[in-house]
Amino acid sequence: MLLRRAGLVGIALYCLVPFSWMVVSSFRRTSDIYDKSPVPMPWSLENYAAVFADGMGFGRALGNSLLVASVTTLVTLLVGTMTAYALARLTFRGKNLVLALIIAVSMFPGALLIVPLLKLFTTIGWINTYQAMIVPSMSFALPLTVWNLTVFFRQLPLELEQAAMIDGCSAFAAFRRVLLPLAAPGVFTTAIIAFICTWNEFIIAVTMVNDQATQTATVRIAQFTGAAKFDTPFGTQMAAGVLVTIPLVLLVLFFQRRIVAGLTAGALK
Amino acid sequence: MIRTRQNLLGWGMVSPTLVVLALVVFYPLVAAMRESFYTSGQTLDADGFVVEGERFAGAANYAGVLGERFLNATFNTTLFTVVTVAMEVVLGVAMALVMHRAFRGRAFLRASILVPWAVPTAVSGLMWKWIFQADGVANAILGTQILWTADGVWAKLAVIVADVWKTSPFVGLLVLAGLQIIPAEVYEAARVDGASAWQRFWRITLPLVKPALLVAVLFRLMDALRVFDLPYVLIGPRKASVETLSGLIWDEATRVHYGPASAYGTALFVYIAVIAFVFVKLLGADLLSDVRARKKESRDAAA
Repeated sequence: MLLRRAGLVGIALYCLVPFSWMVVSSFRRTSDIYDKSPVPMPWSLENYAAVFADGMGFGRALGNSLLVASVTTLVTLLVGTMTAYALARLTFRGKNLVLALIIAVSMFPGALLIVPLLKLFTTIGWINTYQAMIVPSMSFALPLTVWNLTVFFRQLPLELEQAAMIDGCSAFAAFRRVLLPLAAPGVFTTAIIAFICTWNEFIIAVTMVNDQATQTATVRIAQFTGAAKFDTPFGTQMAAGVLVTIPLVLLVLFFQRRIVAGLTAGALK
Repeated sequence: MIRTRQNLLGWGMVSPTLVVLALVVFYPLVAAMRESFYTSGQTLDADGFVVEGERFAGAANYAGVLGERFLNATFNTTLFTVVTVAMEVVLGVAMALVMHRAFRGRAFLRASILVPWAVPTAVSGLMWKWIFQADGVANAILGTQILWTADGVWAKLAVIVADVWKTSPFVGLLVLAGLQIIPAEVYEAARVDGASAWQRFWRITLPLVKPALLVAVLFRLMDALRVFDLPYVLIGPRKASVETLSGLIWDEATRVHYGPASAYGTALFVYIAVIAFVFVKLLGADLLSDVRARKKESRDAAA
């Protein structure tokens, strides 16, 4: 019992201590950034002011991340929900092939995709546009969405749609009017997971965009430079890192039960 | 009649996804494979005339696959994958065992275990770069003066630590979910029969949790083999000690060496596909088990 409690405390410390060091460091002044005290002395918002200083473009980068992640999530949901329903409920020839294909696609190396896409986007003038990040992001967001939703749909009782269809609904109407409202929690969870994955995306964003105005937050903070060129502004980076992570940590706090269910659904069934 | 209608409806509902995937995955895949056999840019032909545009290059782009840089990247990627996945499995299983049947503070624990997962990899890269600074907290705690983030052996270790921190809890969550579907009666029966805790773990827990664990490991393997952002942010691009295959491909692509980049990309794709195939065949990680079970059910019902 004691051992288990020690283990639980150990896990919590393991997960939270490195992150909290980032939070603590972000509240130090530049002059005492190398302090090792467990709380900042004195507390300072200097780094946060620096993050939003003119020329950093960080507020804009956060907005870009929000835009790219939201649009990607919305489009994948629109496309993926229907597909997931068909995979979970209908019997049609080649269904397992489609399922296997979607799983296989989710394991694709992004590095391979960016080569031809970079060439293509250069030709059609898409470099430094939002669509140059949104469209390739579908390559991982869509398989994830379809797979998660397929598992969710399977868990819902089949009888409801059968009843609706006996009452004269078409299969599509049964999906839209009966199943979709019931599946709302699952769709919501999938949306959160897809949003977080797209928000955290890096290789596509760093390849397709080099203009500060369109950069997403994850790429922007990796490229922060200090006043002096080779002086890494750690305080500023920590503050920016905290700001990029806070929305996700809030999502995790509010929806932890659902997110865990969603993450494990695909692996277990 | 009903069958054909279901076929039509099924394909109708699946096709939007297939169209999108065709555009963002299959087109790039085919284009990259084609590109890997071509060379572009200006060159002089045999008569000394300038030739523009793409020309067939045979296997010339693949020459680099035997080069030192590619082999180094392959070694780095493989080492990173083997070490991190092995550590994540051990830590993940340990975490799952501790969390299993823990009631008090469960919500808090679940929230905290999701924190490393939710932190963007780029941010976690920066965070560990800060922790591993020469004057940073890692050296202060260890009482050492190691240059972790300089290009060298320590850099490999720094990247591994950062990755293990971020993904072990995720593996733990997947394993925990697998543990929770093992009925308590199985353990009670084993205890009545006098099985020790160690025997219960090896003979009951591990075999029963194996399907969930295998799927988790498969996902982690595929993720680790294509790692890019962590070494990029934590150590830097073009650092020999931590350059991965994805890093090499990215570097060649951004320098407009599309031919070699595509050749390396194709090689990475084949590498990942072979590992996935072997893993699924040898260990029988069964992603479609549910589909098959259902099919059997409906066959049985029909019979």
